[in-house]
Amino acid sequence: MPLAPAITNIEELKSHPALGRLVEWNVSVVEAVKFDRDELTIWIAKESIREVCEILRDFLDCPFNYLADLTCLDWSPSEPRFEVVYHLLSIPTKERVRLKVRLDGSSPAIESVTSVWPSANFYEREVFDLFGVRFTGHPNLKRIMMPDDWEGHPLRKDYPVEGYR
Amino acid sequence: MTDFPTAIAEPGLETASGDQTMILNMGPQHPSTHGVLRLVLEIDGETVVRLKPEIGYLHTGIEKTCEAKFYQQVVPLTDRIDYLCPLTNNLCYCLAVEKLLGLEIPPKAQWMRVLMNELTRINSHLVWLGTHAMDLGAMTVFLYCFREREDVLRFFEMVSGQRMMTSYFRIGGLALEPPLGFFEKVKKFADRFPGNVDEYEGLLTGNPIFMMRTKGVAQLGAEDAIALGACGPTLRASGVDIDLRRDAPYTGYENFKFNVPVRTEGDVFARYLCRVAELRESIGMVQQALAGMPEGPIKADSPKVVLPDREKMKTQMEALIYHFKIITEGFAVPAGEVYQAIESPRGEMGYYVVSDGTAKPYRVHMRGPSYANLQTLSKMCEGELIADVVAAIGSIDVVLGDIDR
Repeated sequence: MPLAPAITNIEELKSHPALGRLVEWNVSVVEAVKFDRDELTIWIAKESIREVCEILRDFLDCPFNYLADLTCLDWSPSEPRFEVVYHLLSIPTKERVRLKVRLDGSSPAIESVTSVWPSANFYEREVFDLFGVRFTGHPNLKRIMMPDDWEGHPLRKDYPVEGYR
Repeated sequence: MTDFPTAIAEPGLETASGDQTMILNMGPQHPSTHGVLRLVLEIDGETVVRLKPEIGYLHTGIEKTCEAKFYQQVVPLTDRIDYLCPLTNNLCYCLAVEKLLGLEIPPKAQWMRVLMNELTRINSHLVWLGTHAMDLGAMTVFLYCFREREDVLRFFEMVSGQRMMTSYFRIGGLALEPPLGFFEKVKKFADRFPGNVDEYEGLLTGNPIFMMRTKGVAQLGAEDAIALGACGPTLRASGVDIDLRRDAPYTGYENFKFNVPVRTEGDVFARYLCRVAELRESIGMVQQALAGMPEGPIKADSPKVVLPDREKMKTQMEALIYHFKIITEGFAVPAGEVYQAIESPRGEMGYYVVSDGTAKPYRVHMRGPSYANLQTLSKMCEGELIADVVAAIGSIDVVLGDIDR
């Protein structure tokens, strides 16, 4: 079964509720889109992630009211190095969408979405712990998996899999 | 949740309501925290003012390890995440990689996956029921549940040779054909299991002590449950009707008929009723899977990805070459990313697999249902008694391997 090629044109994907809502609200926040393997990814401008999440959560036709997952990717050594990934689910309509935000490697920081979904609390702490991405406005940004005095961020690509550093 | 000191006796400790309250440490070595969960409680007499879970004691860095393995080598690692439902983890990972590859799975493998997955759900719910009841003082239920669980573990051993770390689902299908006599044994079990569930219910559902310990305890409303990220039976007991097996069917669940038990009370008793009802639905699906099990191959027809049968490998040159290549070099997966969510016994389990086109995954992220459910614990327990914290932990059914990964 050959894979269908990915679609990256905003116009073709407008029928998806999440993208349709964002285009209607403010098209400038959408940096890029990709529809691949039945999953829609929207790259969002870094400054507006919290607002975008709020808009999608409060969207009446298809409220993306559930934060299914929040994680991060490290594309070291290329820049922008980090991508914070949000997986949203709409419980009434069962639609899913993936939001991504690109971050520079020098001092990665992004606005926290804990005010939109309190469930983001642990996920953001985990990303902070394992990737070193800071979330501004997070109520308790501390390490969650590793001990408090741990040095380094284990899931970064420049952190070795085995042995001591 | 605001930050407050976690040490038991820290000098200059400041608590929310002045000197009225004290800090109590519970765990990580506490029998009713179901693993190595540590809770820091701020209590006013017997009442919980605030509660904060401290995790990470079981962190093994599985996500990091995955990045150094071939795609097929990750399967045994997934067993060890949620050790009470290893097959569900296997399934979720395999589905994600199969979606990345665009592989089509033959019907028999799909039906076997449903069958084994529902047996896993029964296994997991039995452990939960036994330990949850024991936390609340009902010893007998534990013994009964583990009696039936033993049967289920024996089925796992029959198909995979392992009782717990099964790794039975592989990318592209199953590891082995089920052995002779397997279906008959499962059928026998499935025929008598509803009677066993009646037994458990007879001990608990109408039991006044059990009801006093659970009814109206650790309540969680639907809105809070969604905002805090609850999933699975915890979410359904709060009145939110969602089950990914029905709403986003995978691996052939669209061929099965089942009900999704939903309660609206949102307390410990409602969660108990939801899970017990799920036990009955699962055994119904096992019966359907046994009755409709199709014939045919158990592995996808894709020699570059799926290991050849042992016999072919020993007799055919081509199969030997493919076998050698898969073992030594792995197989390349086209670049892309997939988030595969399935309904594990505890709720939405998601695997986010990113490929950069090589034979090793660029990133594997597991979205554990226990991790999500644990965040609801603080909300549930505030204002409750200390003894009810134990009931609340049991009712959200956390597995620490799934939380810490």
